[in-house]
Amino acid sequence: MNKVPQSELQPGIQPALAAYNLTKIYHSGEVEVQALRGVNFELYPKELVVLLGASGSGKSTLLNILGGLDLPTSGQILYNQQDLSKASEYELTRFRREHVGFVFQFYNLIPSLTAYENVALVTEISPHPIAPEAALELVKLGDRMHHFPAQLSGGEQQRVAIARAIAKQPDILLCDEPTGALDKQTGILVLEAIENINQQLGTTTAIITHNTVVASMADRVVNISDGQIAGIRNNAVRVMAKELEW
Amino acid sequence: MKVLNKKLIRDLWKLRGQVLAVALVIGSGVATLVMSLSTIEALEDTTEAYYQRYRFGEIFAFATRAPLRLTNQIAQINGVQTVQTRISSYANIDIQGFDQPAIAQLMSIPEKGQPLLNQLVLRKGGWVSPGRDDQVILNEPFAEAHQLDIGDTVSVIMNGHKKHFYVVGIALSPEFIYAIGPGALMPDDSLFGVMWMSYEVLAAAYDLQESFNYLSLTLTRNTLPADVLNQVDVLLEPYGGVSAIKREDQISNWFVKNEIEQQKSMATILPAIFITVAVFLTNMVLSRLIATERTEIGLLKAFGYGNFQIAWHYIKMMLVIGIIGVTIGSVIGAYFGRLNTEMYAELFRFPLLIYRPSPYAFIIGGLVSIIAAILGALTAVRSAVKLPPAEAMIPPSPGIYKRTFLSSLGLARLLDQPTRIALRQISRRPLRSFLTSAGIAMATGLIIMTLQWDDSLSHLKRVYFFDSQRQHITVGVVDPLPLRAIYDFEKLPGVLTAEPIYAVNADFSFGSKTHRGGITGMQPDSTLQVIYDDGRKQSIEVPDSGIVIASRLARKLNIKIGDVMGVDVLEGRRPELLIPVVGIFDSYIGLPTYMNLDTLNRALNESPSFKYANLLIDPLYQDELYAAFKNMPKVSTVMLKQSALDSFDEHLVEHLMVFISMFTGLAVVLVFGVTYNSTRVALSERGRELATLRVLGFTKGEISYVLLGEVMFLILLGLPLGCLFGGILVWSMAQSFDTEMYRIPLVIEASTYGYAIVWVVIAAILSAALVRRRVNKLDLIRVLKTRE
Repeated sequence: MNKVPQSELQPGIQPALAAYNLTKIYHSGEVEVQALRGVNFELYPKELVVLLGASGSGKSTLLNILGGLDLPTSGQILYNQQDLSKASEYELTRFRREHVGFVFQFYNLIPSLTAYENVALVTEISPHPIAPEAALELVKLGDRMHHFPAQLSGGEQQRVAIARAIAKQPDILLCDEPTGALDKQTGILVLEAIENINQQLGTTTAIITHNTVVASMADRVVNISDGQIAGIRNNAVRVMAKELEW
Repeated sequence: MKVLNKKLIRDLWKLRGQVLAVALVIGSGVATLVMSLSTIEALEDTTEAYYQRYRFGEIFAFATRAPLRLTNQIAQINGVQTVQTRISSYANIDIQGFDQPAIAQLMSIPEKGQPLLNQLVLRKGGWVSPGRDDQVILNEPFAEAHQLDIGDTVSVIMNGHKKHFYVVGIALSPEFIYAIGPGALMPDDSLFGVMWMSYEVLAAAYDLQESFNYLSLTLTRNTLPADVLNQVDVLLEPYGGVSAIKREDQISNWFVKNEIEQQKSMATILPAIFITVAVFLTNMVLSRLIATERTEIGLLKAFGYGNFQIAWHYIKMMLVIGIIGVTIGSVIGAYFGRLNTEMYAELFRFPLLIYRPSPYAFIIGGLVSIIAAILGALTAVRSAVKLPPAEAMIPPSPGIYKRTFLSSLGLARLLDQPTRIALRQISRRPLRSFLTSAGIAMATGLIIMTLQWDDSLSHLKRVYFFDSQRQHITVGVVDPLPLRAIYDFEKLPGVLTAEPIYAVNADFSFGSKTHRGGITGMQPDSTLQVIYDDGRKQSIEVPDSGIVIASRLARKLNIKIGDVMGVDVLEGRRPELLIPVVGIFDSYIGLPTYMNLDTLNRALNESPSFKYANLLIDPLYQDELYAAFKNMPKVSTVMLKQSALDSFDEHLVEHLMVFISMFTGLAVVLVFGVTYNSTRVALSERGRELATLRVLGFTKGEISYVLLGEVMFLILLGLPLGCLFGGILVWSMAQSFDTEMYRIPLVIEASTYGYAIVWVVIAAILSAALVRRRVNKLDLIRVLKTRE
């Protein structure tokens, strides 16, 4: 293993999830894309991290690999001393089912299921879920839980997606451009929902965004550029989501 | 209910058009199987029940005149259960207002009631009264053909004397399900009838008091007919007995069984082909359907659903579609099966009908189809779950489009952009495009296969009735006439040419193989009837010596030219001959053999004589000729080619064609299922792309063209393939459809290809129209904003 630059890591604290020397090469059509070029990254319990980067910087790839959606070309991902990069398909499935919640830019709700049912889709297979109603209450959608995705606004759909992600009480919540498809006001509502989850439930949270303003609501901000970590800074003060301006 | 199940139900509802289309594909496969198997079962059950209830004989034997006291001796043969002795004779009939010469088989019945065996099914009226010598019971088809009812009279020329009879009853008999005149190929209800009259009347008319000439018997359980046949032959031999036959050689039964046999061939071959094609199409359609679910599969995986759970979800989806298909297929199949059975029951005039399809057909059809559906789903699900979820959730990376050889030719400049998109879509995924075309081709092939039956039967008819038989009338005589008597026929009014024919029944053998058939003797210069080789499509010479035989007989006996065939003649002096095979020819109908008339006469140790006269006539004198026949006691049968043709049309073509139309209908349904699904799936795969085009300013018509154009090209490619595939199907069908009664010639008319293409195009236009409606409703913003 290469020596890990200390500046990127915090010694002494056991990370909730860690990645070392990650590389990822995609073959998209005839083009070979090096999406990650040796990334070292640790996610500490209960913190809220924002991964900042331009489009194509490799941040989504990193998130996907951290969440067990994809496997790295090389490198390690450690969760509870287990190396996910060597995990079997079955182990990855268990990992996603029991420990990770996802929020996607395009919500990815199942159109044929109501908000409630979209959440229940996940709670049915989770070991310690909270009730779907409760999850929807957390994102302030208790009154619209029997609506189908087509009957909800974009922000509401994204909040359903958040409820769906946290209903299983995940150890880690991963959000990929959760506000990317939303206007500012709606985006803030969504960020507030994520912030609440992080603070009230203490869920370790990573948010991917290209919006630098969002970074100020994080404990830590990780800059990603060209498949590498360009810098990490700690925010002395977390700005409340509702006070964000852009 | 689990949420995933709710999704399942709602997805099924959303996809209802496609669900129904796939279900129809599955259903048409199942329907053909259920229809065919249930028809056969019903026909077999019904025939068996009919035979049992009316005590159909198991052995039959003719004699010239055997004393009634022989009955006891026959009854004592080991294994014989019941013996029935009768008098039977052919006679000409005179019916008021009917000019053509009709004949009847007269059968004796006891005056006091039903005979022991071969009992009658009285449909109308009653039994003959004891002591009356002018009462007759008619068989129903004959009575109906002549509109004869109780109380009407018919005249019968018995032994040269005309006698009048009152019709007292109208009946059916298991012995005459297929009432076929001597020497006729097909039943003709107006020219041939059966008349039952009291034993005393027939004994008096034919001078057979205390005697019988026709015997029937049944056997005890576990008795082999062969053991009894020989002993019956020995007992009857002194009385002019002609070799006894078992039930399976009895003419009516032989025809019925052959008809069932034909159904069986069709019932195995057609549905097998159908189901194979349906299975392939189901597989193809479903794997494309699931390929469009790729994003949702990725999402479910992201949530932590395992591969097995996801696969099971889609298997349930397929199960539902499969069950809908099997249900539709079973209902249609059972309905068609019943219709088909009823049609046969009417043709055969079964007095009872047993239609109790066993679950067997449904189970086979259902299992095969559902397993096919699941396999189709699994292939697609496997490739979908194989992808890491992150990758599955993003749309497939843009395909690699290349400028192909064709575009470099400069031809591409002639094409507009939408055409290029459609063509490149095809060339980018050649395998899938080919499979769609192959699906269309298979469905087209099925239609060709079902439609060509008409071509084959027309060809069969032309060859048999026109190329090989040019006579208008064939006349049978009571006893062989000396050869010079042919001139008497030439002198009859309206006769242009008369040619003699001799025919004799014989057992053929070579090595351990045997066949019961007949030899036709004809003169080498015959012009009316010729030995027509269906393979070479020309007539062959009548040999001077030796025998020429049908190729299928040669195969059955495993005999070749130059081999010497054993011929045990079953009539007259019953010589056992050895005759060299000098020629082999192809024949569609029957297993005929031919010899030179003189050679045959000599071999039989008879003076030059004939049994049938083929006549070419001037139709103007037809009535006079018919009238002349009625006054010729030597004439026993008159067969008109026209009525044989009519009856061929009615019995074979019509009935077969109804059955075949059912298959054609199902094939068309299948074509629709395939084209609709191909188009519909193409739409869901490319909704985003099409919406983008709309945003860029393309009209609805233009984007429909991009979508439907692709399908159109694939259909254009599929049609010629389909014609090729149809030809292969027809060929394999002709290979396997080969009963002793006839073989199906391999003939496909150009119009059949045309009709098949028209059907496919109609199905394609219909499905395109349905999909076009969806294209028109495409929601641009939603498609672009979200990924579903």
